[in-house]
Amino acid sequence: MKCFHFIIFLLLAPIIAFSGTIKVGAGELVHSIKQAIHLAQKGDTIIVAAGEYREGNIVVDKQVFLQGKGMPVLNGQKKFEILSIKANGVIVEGFKLVHSGISAIDDFAGIKLYDCKDIVIRNNMLHDTYFGIYVQYGINCKIINNTVVAFLKEEQQSGNGIHCWKSDNILISGNKIMGHRDGIYLEFVSNSVISNNHSIKNIRYGLHFMSSNNNKYLSNYFIGNGAGVAVMYSNQVQMINNVFKENWGDAAYGLLLKDIRDSEIKGNHFEKNTSGIYMEAVTRVSMEHNLFINNGWAMKIQANCMEVNVTKNNFLGNSFDVGTNGNLVLNRFNNNYWDKYEGYDINKDKIGDVPYRPVSMYSMIVEQNPTAMMLFRSFITSLLDKTEKLIPSITPENLVDNLPLMNKAF
Amino acid sequence: MYKIIKYILTDILRNKIIIAYILVLLSISLSIFALEDNVNKGLLSLLNLILIVLPLFSIIFSTIYLYNSSEFIELILSQPIKRKIIWIGFSFGLSIALSIAFILSIALPILIFVHTLSALMIVIVGLLLTNIFVAVALFACVKIRDKARGIGVAIILWMYFSLLFDALILFLLFQFNDYPIEKPMIVISSFNPIDLARVLVLLQLDESAMMGYTGAIFKEYFGTKLGMSISVFILTTWYTIPLYFSNKQFDKKDL
Amino acid sequence: MIIANNVTKQFGKLKALNDFSVECHSGACISLIGPNGSGKTTFIKSVLGMIIPDSGFITFNNQNIDKDCTYRSNIGYMPQIGRYPDNMSIGQVIDLMKEIRMNNGTISLDEDLLNAFQIQKITDKKMCTLSGGTRQKVSAVLAFLFNPSVLILDEPTAGLDPVASEILKEKITLEKHREKLILITSHILSDLDELVNEVIFMQEGKLIFHKEVEELKLETGEKMLGKVIANVMSKN
Repeated sequence: MKCFHFIIFLLLAPIIAFSGTIKVGAGELVHSIKQAIHLAQKGDTIIVAAGEYREGNIVVDKQVFLQGKGMPVLNGQKKFEILSIKANGVIVEGFKLVHSGISAIDDFAGIKLYDCKDIVIRNNMLHDTYFGIYVQYGINCKIINNTVVAFLKEEQQSGNGIHCWKSDNILISGNKIMGHRDGIYLEFVSNSVISNNHSIKNIRYGLHFMSSNNNKYLSNYFIGNGAGVAVMYSNQVQMINNVFKENWGDAAYGLLLKDIRDSEIKGNHFEKNTSGIYMEAVTRVSMEHNLFINNGWAMKIQANCMEVNVTKNNFLGNSFDVGTNGNLVLNRFNNNYWDKYEGYDINKDKIGDVPYRPVSMYSMIVEQNPTAMMLFRSFITSLLDKTEKLIPSITPENLVDNLPLMNKAF
Repeated sequence: MYKIIKYILTDILRNKIIIAYILVLLSISLSIFALEDNVNKGLLSLLNLILIVLPLFSIIFSTIYLYNSSEFIELILSQPIKRKIIWIGFSFGLSIALSIAFILSIALPILIFVHTLSALMIVIVGLLLTNIFVAVALFACVKIRDKARGIGVAIILWMYFSLLFDALILFLLFQFNDYPIEKPMIVISSFNPIDLARVLVLLQLDESAMMGYTGAIFKEYFGTKLGMSISVFILTTWYTIPLYFSNKQFDKKDL
Repeated sequence: MIIANNVTKQFGKLKALNDFSVECHSGACISLIGPNGSGKTTFIKSVLGMIIPDSGFITFNNQNIDKDCTYRSNIGYMPQIGRYPDNMSIGQVIDLMKEIRMNNGTISLDEDLLNAFQIQKITDKKMCTLSGGTRQKVSAVLAFLFNPSVLILDEPTAGLDPVASEILKEKITLEKHREKLILITSHILSDLDELVNEVIFMQEGKLIFHKEVEELKLETGEKMLGKVIANVMSKN
């Protein structure tokens, strides 16, 4: 028996000997990843060669560096969750994960993190997984440069691309997410940065997050998602330099803000959305240097919003600049550029001498009586708007830019 | 009949006002497509032209032309030729001439620059509107003897279709705010060819998303092949019915 | 040739023709005379089918005219005011008329007036560029062009210069001798004295009398037609 152990040790010696590196592949001694993990010790590197691996559910329960060379394919055969990470400090790199199982009860994912810290998931491709990368109680994790693509058509049959739940200090950067239910979904996530991601053509939201405070969203692209980006019940959110584009549909918007407080929305680009931004119960939010171009409504701001400062934004080619549902206005619009502004500037200080009212009469009518939308682009509505501009009566008196810019703000 | 159509056509197409109209609209549509990189936005700008200018020009030009031709109509009537044929000749002459003007000035640029179903829809709708307002003018002219009154009525009719009717709709919408009024509105919109045309094109142009729930209801009806065919059919009846009644009226009119 | 039977036509309250009956036969050159609003033009238009009588009927060669429009190929009509589509040339208007008429078999064209007025020289001119007199000439040419057996001339010499007027009168005389029926309305009576051999006098839509000129002259003892009429009118 001792002899047998010794033989095994001798056989495996070359693998362990190279400072904890285990090679997996058809031509190697270890053929399966599961076996490699079983053999590995804390801190080891497992290098997986190209090829297809059908090993069902692979559980990573040790701190290892799982590295794919030449994009090895991990196939979940539409039955299993592919990678389950249950140890701290795991790094997963260079894999292609395909065909995870679909289960609404277990939330099968391509890669799922269970209650762990310091994980890095980078440069992987996930095709046709139910959930893509799923972080549950994760702390200090990095999800970088992954491509997550699903092909399902129905909302119920599809999970989210990158899903984080009750996590802290997460970095999600440089990922491409397509065809999922929500591109990126966060709930109860704090102190995280989401940057440089492309969330494109997802069935519901490009980005969806709820009750997640102190997060930053920088330079992401949200294009052609079913309903845009939804941000709800959160404080201290910074949304900077993102692009919200082509979220066009009956109930679509570029960015939906609901119950957001003390946040910043700066330098974003809203183009061709049915509504650029929809704001409900938003408090103390500053909006600066955003570009609204060719949207149906650039901005819909409900009367229950307070202290929203809209400054130095450009509004170009929108069908309606601002829509609102009441006469109460507790928000400030200043120094914006409105392409529909027809005022003049006699003293040449580049600020129009006549205030601009961004809410048109017709948009007020539609807000009260949605069916009136059937008169969209009719002669009478443009005539009404023109008369209202001359003699304001219905549009809210205080929703006004007193210092409209004569030239674009930036 | 063909002879009359032929001569009326050559007369109208050499008319300075028609030539100016063609040139102005042509330059507008070309510059819209040249300046606007988004063709759909170009189509929308042209839609305004089609919904407002086209009907106005059609109805006013036809009215004035018919009144100016009244002596000539009498002269032709003294020839061995049936009244019906004279009137149909004049109707078709006007219709074809104004349709040609529309095709040269707006339809061709659209079809050259845009190759979508919505472009085709705009062209069809524009053609229909042109002819509808020619027919309405024919009816007004045959009903009213006096030229000044006739032109006045033509302007009022145009105002009604492009403005007053929509004001009425707006009024109705607020009166029946609490009721699900979307579906009746589909029916009501077909009482005005301009509204019907506008909704048809907007739904084609993907603008229905802007129209929210109403748009969804409208799309459910107008978006289907059946709904579209019915709408186009209704627009056609907007042409044929005034034409038919003007013809009938002309048959027993004292000149 | 043309027989009106109890024709009545009412415009609003005005009775333009009131139980109007008259017979016109070929070879006659008839002057329709009456004060303004007496129903002359209404009668002419009724004959041409432009006005549909309320009651009564008109026959042309014993055919009721409301049945068929072909009788009009036998009529040449010269309207009081000739207005034509602005952008048609004279040639086109003539061509159009020819094409309409040719439908009913070929007819020998009578181009006397065409030549006399020298219309061929200006055949390419647009209608809107023509003077009123020239337009009248075109109207006259069109009325005579198809050699019709009946000529209906509404104020034919009004607006024509004396030379043209003379040419037209000669032409009318010529046609009269060809046994055609010629109906003329005119205010300027002296102009037509020498042409007319019958007079229909109308007032308030009614026929006052229809007599030969010679007969009238005898009755009144006047030689000039104008005076004859004035005499008659003062009596009425």
